[in-house]
Amino acid sequence: MLRFLVRRVFLGILVLFLVSLAVFFMFFKLNSSGPTAVASRICGKQCSNQQINAVKNRLHLNDPFFKQYYYFLFGYPGKAEANGPPHNDGILHGDLGYSYVNQQSVNSLLKDAFPITLSLAVGAAVLWLLMGLLSGILSAIRPRSMLDRTFTFTALFFYSMPTFVLGLMLLLFLFYELSIHGISFFPAQGYVPFTQDPWEWARHLLLPWFTLAAVTAAAYTRLTRGSMLDVLGEDYIRTARAKGLSERRVVFRHALRAALTPIVTQFGIDVGTLLGGAIITERVFGLPGLGFQAVQAITANDLPIIIGVVVIATTAIVIANLLVDVFYAVLDPRVRLN
Amino acid sequence: MSVGDPEIVVSAASAGAGSVDAPGPETAAAKIQGRSPWRLAYERLRSDRAAILCAVVIVLIVLMAIFAPVFQWITGHPPNHQYFDTGLSLDGQPRGPNSTFWLGTDDVGRDVLVRIAYGARVSLIVGVVATFLTVTIGTIVGLAAGYFGKMVDTVLARIIDVMLSIPFLLFAISLASIFRAGLKVVIFVLAIFSWSSVARIVRGQVLSIREREYVEAARAIGAGSWRIMIIDILPNVIAPIIVYTTLLIPVSIVGEATLSFLGVGVQPPTADWGQMISDAQGNYHAWWFLVFPSLALLVTTLAFNIFGDGVRDAFDPRSDRMFN
Repeated sequence: MLRFLVRRVFLGILVLFLVSLAVFFMFFKLNSSGPTAVASRICGKQCSNQQINAVKNRLHLNDPFFKQYYYFLFGYPGKAEANGPPHNDGILHGDLGYSYVNQQSVNSLLKDAFPITLSLAVGAAVLWLLMGLLSGILSAIRPRSMLDRTFTFTALFFYSMPTFVLGLMLLLFLFYELSIHGISFFPAQGYVPFTQDPWEWARHLLLPWFTLAAVTAAAYTRLTRGSMLDVLGEDYIRTARAKGLSERRVVFRHALRAALTPIVTQFGIDVGTLLGGAIITERVFGLPGLGFQAVQAITANDLPIIIGVVVIATTAIVIANLLVDVFYAVLDPRVRLN
Repeated sequence: MSVGDPEIVVSAASAGAGSVDAPGPETAAAKIQGRSPWRLAYERLRSDRAAILCAVVIVLIVLMAIFAPVFQWITGHPPNHQYFDTGLSLDGQPRGPNSTFWLGTDDVGRDVLVRIAYGARVSLIVGVVATFLTVTIGTIVGLAAGYFGKMVDTVLARIIDVMLSIPFLLFAISLASIFRAGLKVVIFVLAIFSWSSVARIVRGQVLSIREREYVEAARAIGAGSWRIMIIDILPNVIAPIIVYTTLLIPVSIVGEATLSFLGVGVQPPTADWGQMISDAQGNYHAWWFLVFPSLALLVTTLAFNIFGDGVRDAFDPRSDRMFN
C-alpha cells in the first residue's frame, strides 16, 4: 500500500511537472515573435514601451528557455523595487505573479475569487449527486419502466443542453418573466458572501447551482443506472434476496455500496475540475469566481491572471485524480496495487 | 425481474456476433444465412425509431446549412445586413417575429432566421472536421501505444494523462487569446484537447486484441508491424471508434458554440449560433433573439446524441437493455 501511494504521488508530481512545462511553453514561447512580444502580452494593452522593457528585464525574458522556466518555478532573481511590483517568488513558493493591468498581485486577486468558485462547486456537486444517484437507482430497479424511460430521456436532454443555453433560459423564464409579472425572487447577477448573509448567498446561487447540477447530473444518472444494473445481476445479490432481505436493504446496502465506486471516481474528477472555475456558469450569472476572472483577463489581455488560474485549475485536477486513485485502492480490494 | 436478463442477453449476443448466425425466431424455417456484424448493427439501427427520427432531423439541419442562400433568397435578407429602418422599432429595439422577419431581428436589425441557417454551416463544419481530426489523431496514438507497448506506451500513456488533466475550456480560451481567434483555431483547439480520450479507448482495445491468436498467426507468417496494425487490428477497433465519433460530433458542436459564446471562437460578423446567443444576453424582452438560436443548437445536439446512442446500441448489443 505504501509503495503504491509513493508511486502514485510521484506520478502525480510528474504529470504536474509536464503540465507546468506545457503551460510555460504555451504562454512564454508559443506564437510569439520574441521577448518583447511576450512582455507586451504580460503587461497588457495600455503599456508604454518603457513599461514593456521593464517587464522584460524583470522577468528575464531574454534568458534561455530553461533558465526562464526555472525562474518561473523557483522565483525570479533580483530584489523588489520601491514603488514597483513585489518580488516574484515563483509558483513553487505559491507566488502566482503580478497583474500589471490590475496593479495587484495575482494571489490577492484570486484569493477573493476562490470562495465564489468553491461555493458554486460545492452546492452544485451536492445537488447533482442527489439528482443523479436517485434517478439512476430508481431507473435501475425497474429497467424499461415508464419511470426509467422518463429519466433516461431527461438525462439525455440535459446532457445535450449546452450550459450557457440552460443558464440563459433559466434567466429568461425565472428571472425576467417572473420579474415583469411582479415576482422578483431570483436575482439576475452577482454574489453575496456567505459570511455576510447566508440567505442572500443561497438565493444568489440557486440558479447557478441548478444550471451546473442539471447538465452534470445527466452523466451520473446514466453512470449510476449502468453500474447498478451490473451489480444487481451479481450472484451475491441473488443470495441476499434468497435469504429474505427486504428489497430496500438489498438495493441500498448491498448493491449501492458496490455500485458506488465508479461514481465516486467520476465525482472526484468532476469536483476537481470545477474548483478551477466554472467558466460558463460564472460568466452567465455574473459570479466573479476563478473562471470569470480568466475570461475577463483574456478580454483585458491580462496574461498573469490567466496563467494563475491555469496553474490552480491543473493542480486541482491532478490532486483530485490522485485522491480518487488512492480512494479506489482503499475501497476496492480487487484493484491490484502494482 | 431483470436479474437474470443480462446473462441471457449476453449469450444471445455473442452467438449473434459469430460468423455463423443462430436462426432468429422468424427465420427458423427459412434458409440460414450468415450475417456480418455490420449487417446486424445496421438492422438493429434501422429498427430503432428514435434514432431514425433523429437521423432525419440531422439530414434536415444539413440541408438547411447547404441551402442557407435559399433562405436569403426567399426572405431577401442577407445574413449580415442590418435593417435599421425595417428591422428595428422606432426606439431601436429588435422586432419580434412578423411577416418580413419570420423569426424576428437581433439587436442591430439582422434577420434571425437567415442567420440561424448560415450559423448551421459553422456548427456542422466544426463538428465534422474537428471530430474527424480528433478521431484520426486519437486512433493513431492509441494504436501505436497499444501495439508497441513498452517505452512507446509508457511515453504516450503519460502524454494522454497530461492531456486528460488539462482543463479544456481554460486552455482553449488561453490558446485563442494567444492566436487570433477564428474558425481554424477553434477546430485546432477542439482537436488538440479531445484526442486523448479517443486514444485511451483505442489503446485499451488494442491491448487486448494484440494478444489474440490471429495477430500471433499474422506475426508467424512474417507480417510487419504496420500490416498487423492496419489490416489485423484496426478493423476490430473500428466499431467503438464509429460509436465514439457519432457521440463526439455534438460535443464538438457545443465546444465551438461555447468558444464563440465566450468571444474567442468564430469572430463577428460571421453568423454563428454561439455568437448569436451571446449577443442576446441581457436582451430578455426580445426573447426570440435568444430562444431561436438556442433551440437550433439544442435540437442539433439532441439529435446527434440520440442518434449516437442508437449507433452504440446497434454495435454493442449488451446495451440493448439500456436505451430502448
